[in-house]
Amino acid sequence: MPLDLLHAVLLLGNYVIVPGLAYAAQLALGALGITLVFGILRFANLAHGDIMAFGTMAAVLGTWQLQAWNVTIAPLPTALLALPLAVAAAIAVTLAADRTVFRYYRRKRSAPIVLVMASLGVMFVLNGVVRFIIGPNDRRFTDGERFLINAREFKRSTGLAEGLSIKTTQCLSLVIAIVVVAALFWFLQKTRTGKSMRAYSDNEDLALLSGINPDRVVLITWVIAATLAAIAGTLYGLDKSFKPFTYFQLLLPMFAAAIVGGIGQPLGAIAGGFIVAFSEVTVTYAYKKFLHYLLPEAWHPSGLAQLLSTDYKFAVSFMILVLVLLFRPSGIFRGRVL
Amino acid sequence: MSFLEARDLTGGYGGADILNGCDLAVDRGEIAVIVGPNGAGKSSAMKAVFGMLNLRSGTVRLGEEDITALSPQYRVQRGMAFVPQTSNVFVTMTVQENLEMGAFLRRDDFTGTMRRIFDLFPVLKERRGQTAGELSGGQRQQVAIGRALMTEPDLLMLDEPTAGVSPLVMTDLFERMIEIRNAGIAILMAEQNARQALEIADTGYVLVNGENRFTDSGAALLADPEVRRSFLGG
Repeated sequence: MPLDLLHAVLLLGNYVIVPGLAYAAQLALGALGITLVFGILRFANLAHGDIMAFGTMAAVLGTWQLQAWNVTIAPLPTALLALPLAVAAAIAVTLAADRTVFRYYRRKRSAPIVLVMASLGVMFVLNGVVRFIIGPNDRRFTDGERFLINAREFKRSTGLAEGLSIKTTQCLSLVIAIVVVAALFWFLQKTRTGKSMRAYSDNEDLALLSGINPDRVVLITWVIAATLAAIAGTLYGLDKSFKPFTYFQLLLPMFAAAIVGGIGQPLGAIAGGFIVAFSEVTVTYAYKKFLHYLLPEAWHPSGLAQLLSTDYKFAVSFMILVLVLLFRPSGIFRGRVL
Repeated sequence: MSFLEARDLTGGYGGADILNGCDLAVDRGEIAVIVGPNGAGKSSAMKAVFGMLNLRSGTVRLGEEDITALSPQYRVQRGMAFVPQTSNVFVTMTVQENLEMGAFLRRDDFTGTMRRIFDLFPVLKERRGQTAGELSGGQRQQVAIGRALMTEPDLLMLDEPTAGVSPLVMTDLFERMIEIRNAGIAILMAEQNARQALEIADTGYVLVNGENRFTDSGAALLADPEVRRSFLGG
């Protein structure tokens, strides 16, 4: 029985906890960008998913080029070398969108909903641009060592019936997310520019009275949001694959994460990322084998014991959004109400 | 000619004029107080002096310079500081960060200024690590005034600084304003608590319908039977 318990835990770790952590880290990075833009520019940027796609596309193209030149950093994926290119591309396209679209409505002091609709337009344009450049297909661009811990070797060396596998990309997602988030919080809490961004988010009029330059705050916010989007997108693509449509779909769980945590609150975006990711993974996991380990044979379920088919995983984000907006619209960390 | 001279301020928020040719002036080391009934244009006059209200006519001079056309941000650079009536602190930031944001335009070392503000408001020093949103109303006003003082302004403008604080806190705040004035700063404030404010005023302006009704020293206005009857409740 204790061995069965260990097997059950390993099973859960392998299929729920490890993938959940990696996915949570990717969502949290994406949601951070959304929440920062909302806190400073005061609108929900629907183009965020496609900024991610654009940045990741640059990472894929960069990876191909580097592979063609035989430049790799095995055992790490080559895409990490292309990450600066991805970040630069995402920043360039975001600033271009700001100069051509968002700035105009900002100067007109348009209502937030107008900016949201404008971002919808930017989203469609980017959607098309990405498909035009790289095509709508699924692209795998992960190379280097695939596993940090291989399930088969784990089984052999421990003699257990269940293996634990940790992919390099899962570990990278978590490590890079932690480093990026730590750097971001240090920037927001300790630097003069970071504090001025918080001040602007807190009280725009008083920030102006204090001599804080709104154009600079907006510029830095876009740069940070685009950087986070490019990193999150590349990590997600490495872990799974790069398909433009998937990135558009990621918008929903990322917004759910930002809103659950309290939109405008960076800490909330991280908490929200974990809540949404783990809700998705735990609800769509088939617990059949897990229950076989824990329950007496007579109680073994005949079905998959899966609450929701993975095809419906977006319903989870929707449910979370509906519940939060109904019962606690300001989110966990008391952010703004949309 | 006074340090700050606002002449013939006329204008409003787009519709009918709120200010109808009102004059205000204050010198360094003086407190000027604007009082008057609700809707008299006290806050609008303050905003007009700070460049936050569209003027149809009138001029604002600070020192030798005509600043009528300058935006509020540039007026801050010229040595003016403004404490709005509401939302006048960064509620999610600590007391110390609020003060740092006040000094945002300064590239020099402002630790000396911060020390003087902590001397003026000792409670802020105790609570420097707390977020401003957790403070009481009176303490928040101290943060707001401290933030404005961080630029070491020549002219400090306060829009109803004692609105919503207890009488005890009000007395305390007025005492600090006297200290600030004695440091050689010009103070211009709009006040609901007319009687107490006029007691510390070197000059008092009674505004009605955006016009000057009475202008005199604070003590003289307090002694004027007509002012007392109409505006100070007897």
